[in-house]
Amino acid sequence: MSMRSSPFVALDIPRPPIAHRIRNGISDTLNLTERDIKIWTRNPSLLFFIVIQPVMFVLLFRYVFGGAIMVSVPGGYVNYLMPGIIAQSAAFASFGTAIALARQTQRGVIDRFRSMPMARSAVLLGRLVADTLRLTITLLIILAVGYAVGFRFENGAGPAVLMVALGVVFGVAICTVSAYVGLAIRDEESVGSFGLIWLFPLTFVSAAFVPVASMPGWLQAFAKNQPVTIVIDEMRGLALGGPLAEHAWQSAAWLLAIFIVFVPLAVRAYRRPG
Amino acid sequence: MNDHYPAGRWDGPAIIVEGLQKSFGEVHALRGIDLVVERGSVLCVLGPNGAGKTTAVKVLTTLLEPDGGRALIEGRDVVRSAPAVREIIGLAGQSAAIQEELTGRENIEIMGRLHHLSKGESRRRAGELLELFDLVDAADRPAKGYSGGMTRRLDLAASLVGRPTVFFLDEPTTGLDPRSRIGMWGIIRELVADGATLLLTTQYLEEADELSDEIVVIDRGKVIAAGTGDNLKNRIGGDVVQFGVVDRTRLGDAAEVVRPLAEGEPTVEEETARVTIRVGSRGSDSLVQTVRALDGAGIHTEHLGIHRPSLDDVFLALTGHTPEDGTRPSRSRSRRGRRDGVVPDATTRQRT
Repeated sequence: MSMRSSPFVALDIPRPPIAHRIRNGISDTLNLTERDIKIWTRNPSLLFFIVIQPVMFVLLFRYVFGGAIMVSVPGGYVNYLMPGIIAQSAAFASFGTAIALARQTQRGVIDRFRSMPMARSAVLLGRLVADTLRLTITLLIILAVGYAVGFRFENGAGPAVLMVALGVVFGVAICTVSAYVGLAIRDEESVGSFGLIWLFPLTFVSAAFVPVASMPGWLQAFAKNQPVTIVIDEMRGLALGGPLAEHAWQSAAWLLAIFIVFVPLAVRAYRRPG
Repeated sequence: MNDHYPAGRWDGPAIIVEGLQKSFGEVHALRGIDLVVERGSVLCVLGPNGAGKTTAVKVLTTLLEPDGGRALIEGRDVVRSAPAVREIIGLAGQSAAIQEELTGRENIEIMGRLHHLSKGESRRRAGELLELFDLVDAADRPAKGYSGGMTRRLDLAASLVGRPTVFFLDEPTTGLDPRSRIGMWGIIRELVADGATLLLTTQYLEEADELSDEIVVIDRGKVIAAGTGDNLKNRIGGDVVQFGVVDRTRLGDAAEVVRPLAEGEPTVEEETARVTIRVGSRGSDSLVQTVRALDGAGIHTEHLGIHRPSLDDVFLALTGHTPEDGTRPSRSRSRRGRRDGVVPDATTRQRT
């Protein structure tokens, strides 16, 4: 039946010029950014989760565990803690990305987008632009709480800004991983219960809260060389002073690698129908 | 009919599907589907769960790539010219693609902007569509609070923002209560009246009959029948005359009396004391003859009438199973049994 030759010859439709496609791609991305931000502001519980949890961590580690953890940085444990908390919060904020994309896939929103004349990368890019804004706001709130409990930048304003920027970029990198997880698993409940379990060892088995030297030797090997520690060491250097160069290029290499691997993976997962 | 079309212009059918195949591992969802939908007409793809309806819609709306065969939407190949196909289609899937934190108006406006309409044009279009779909009162409330019917209407409205010329509706009324279903039918009829080409899938025979110009019945990834609702009904032998016998002891007599009028054997249902005979296309003549014969024999009847077979009868005749169970063999063909549960709501239509 299918072998019969058809009298119909498909139209030959040229793709629109590249400039036109780029313009539409940017417009799609910005529209989706606006949409994501709107959704975010309508979900007070999400905001609560993303901001309150790190604030609790700041207070717990500052006043409960902090006294027992020996560190040698200017300003004491609270100064050691804040870059770690900021990186950890940035990573955990990606939770929202994974959940939202899984939910949208499950509900057919992603399929609707895929049937529309939209740039294929816009859903992911729009999401990441929105995440950047979201992370910046979240990190600034956490920083303000840190200041209230005694944290101080010891290295001047320029490096302080760079530290926050590094925290945001790190968070966005983790968001691309989460976006991939959300789009690949496509089930809100599964993503919520185990899709992001990997964030726990990644952020806790690091220099975020305690010096790596206090861990058993076999764990140190992982803790010392994994990207979260490398990024946090760089953030500490920016906040408190100290050697920067080595961790700077290592951080850059890790972040770049995450983007290079996970952006295409996430875009590919987006292209698969729900 | 034509050998070629100049680029950018198409006077062929709005949808052409040839030998379409798609498998997921061992599951052959589409096993060589052929379809043609003329511009401005409504084709209903009817089939039970798992027949391949949704897979077909996904291929036609560029969400899935086929393994074999091809499909053209207004002459645009769904694989090679997918972006061009997306410019002219609208899709409303089984689940409402609505963002529930956003208001109805915002949901439509954002779709407009993603179709590259200007801000002002998106706003105007959202206003129009909210009006058309009777959502003006709820327009500025978050979609979270909408009822099932409202959510479906909003979803449909949002998929019309780009003024699609070919529209795909995948089971638009699944899960709706009977009243919302009838409302949705009205909306779909209006869409069609505006000249859109529509491909609609459904498991509901009633719905296919109500809405379509042509019906394609698919089962296990293949087209098993195609034609108008009336065509398909005629395939299983035209009209039937049916009546109840007041005095149950005379049920056998009644069957004997009408036997000469029937095509094939009369069907007798003991438990309901009902007799059904197939009368082909002789229509009301056969009704009059039946009344005379029964009256002559002194048999009192109730609920005597002539019916056209429903599409569920057609499905049973074609596939050997009823649409909703997918497995039951065709042996027990009690009229009542077929009516119960197959028709999605109370609007069982009988023509007399």
